[in-house]
Amino acid sequence: MVTLVLPRLVDVSAASRRSASVTERNVAALRSVYWLLLVSGFVEPLLYLLSIGVGVGALIGDLTLPSGAVVTYAAFVAPAMLASSAMTGALAETTFNFFGKMKYMKLYDGVIATPVQPFEIALGELAWAMLRGSAYSAAFLVVMVVMDLTAPARALAAFPAAVLVGFAFGALGMAIATFMRSWQDFDLMSSMQFVLFLFSGTFVPAEAYPAVLRWLVEVTPLYRAVHLIRALTVDTGGWSWTLDVLYLLAVLAAGLLIASRRMGRLLYK
Amino acid sequence: MTTGRPLIQARGLVKRFGDFTAVDGIDVEVSAGEAFGFLGPNGAGKSSTMRMVGCTSPPSGGELHILGMDPVRDGPAIRARLGVCPQLDNLDPELTVRENLTTYARYFGIPRRVARARAAELLDFVQLGDRADSKVEPLSGGMKRRLTIARALVNEPDIVLLDEPTTGLDPQARHLVWERLFRLKQQGVTLVLTTHYMDEAEQLCDRLVVMDGGRIVAEGSPRALIEQHATREVVELRFAAESQETFAGKLDALGERVEVLPDRVLVYVSDGDAAVAEVAALGLRPTNVLVRRSSLEDVFLHLTGRTLVD
Repeated sequence: MVTLVLPRLVDVSAASRRSASVTERNVAALRSVYWLLLVSGFVEPLLYLLSIGVGVGALIGDLTLPSGAVVTYAAFVAPAMLASSAMTGALAETTFNFFGKMKYMKLYDGVIATPVQPFEIALGELAWAMLRGSAYSAAFLVVMVVMDLTAPARALAAFPAAVLVGFAFGALGMAIATFMRSWQDFDLMSSMQFVLFLFSGTFVPAEAYPAVLRWLVEVTPLYRAVHLIRALTVDTGGWSWTLDVLYLLAVLAAGLLIASRRMGRLLYK
Repeated sequence: MTTGRPLIQARGLVKRFGDFTAVDGIDVEVSAGEAFGFLGPNGAGKSSTMRMVGCTSPPSGGELHILGMDPVRDGPAIRARLGVCPQLDNLDPELTVRENLTTYARYFGIPRRVARARAAELLDFVQLGDRADSKVEPLSGGMKRRLTIARALVNEPDIVLLDEPTTGLDPQARHLVWERLFRLKQQGVTLVLTTHYMDEAEQLCDRLVVMDGGRIVAEGSPRALIEQHATREVVELRFAAESQETFAGKLDALGERVEVLPDRVLVYVSDGDAAVAEVAALGLRPTNVLVRRSSLEDVFLHLTGRTLVD
């Protein structure tokens, strides 16, 4: 029994140690210029919240959620901004930066000559993306509490959810990045990202769309993320958010699997 | 050194990329403490072989054992004991010189304190101590190469794989690299290198194989290869404007082999001075005469041809 289980355990601890070394590399590479970039990731959703949530919200008034809860428009928009900033932060790191490291810096060509394997690189990069994404989420939740858009206890519950959202999108982005041929392909991805940002029940409840469109919107990952975070921060209705959690976990697993498989194919030439 | 089982053992090793066969069934054995060379023109399959030995490229056929293990199944365990200096430097441009070593050490799970100490030691070894805090970008080609070699040593490997370690370096930098590699060899580190520099192979390798078109065309020590595939000496003759062929015909009897090049005639002989005397006795007046010992380069060109391969 011991001989069967022990190698596995050693394997897992060695793998996580190796993943951590990839994350550590990114911490070492962090430079002052980069900090400015990090700040922009936090400011962007805040500007949307102020301009549209609060600004446009003043013209719209209150909204009634499917559960019957009545909330201000700002409180409706805020969780969506949190979800999409978790998405944006994770994607920025796992698509652009990851692609650059793999294709142009040839960073991983050096890494695979060590005991570190593609799956561990993917995991390490994802963990790094999440360090960044989680920082955004935490800061944004603080803003939401300060602006009285959610309760402190709800904000605490929403934090791990936002981290999960980041993980799922990070893994998805990494999988997509392995299919990218050049920087031009990223324009397409940015457009897709913007479409998701506009129509995932972010500014308008999905219930407002015609049935077919609504169905389409509800299967997109950002919609599930918005739905999850909104349920935790403002809504009271039901347990349907557990479905979101399962959905995001599935995206995370699939993304990681595809990304590490593809990396293996691209790197072990 | 007699440690029984060879560190690297390949039998009928094949690497295919689609329809193209880069390595076409080679047999190689490298023992502990040996300096082993793969010699060959571009496209001979040297780098593909090195990548398979480095466990970053799965073989398409044949058998390969590194340190007694299977490179596909035991990749991480094998790579933990290898040091790899690839043909193109893939240093981390976002890190400093020192961080390139410490970060790389962490990939091997080396504790931070040990990594720092080893980085300092290795930077001294490759004479980059004063550039420790510089970024990688402004370094010269030779410095980057030395840093890549230092990086390959950070895990105190049993085998160091060097793919064209001195290609593109100026003479000073080359000699510095050679000297460092020689020291490693003296410390008992097993070196496996590819090169198309004959002097490099003669200086560093105990044993080597000559590859061409994915196959091994000759194998042995540099000395043995020269004895086997070349004569002891070579006489290089240059003639004035007249066609060299007309002379070459007369020279045939002089040596074991005569090679006519556009600018000179090479006569492969055992005694160069005697041959020169005979040339004079034949009444030929070359404008330039050079008698030299034959080198690995003669072997190489004889075996792989003079046609340019890219």
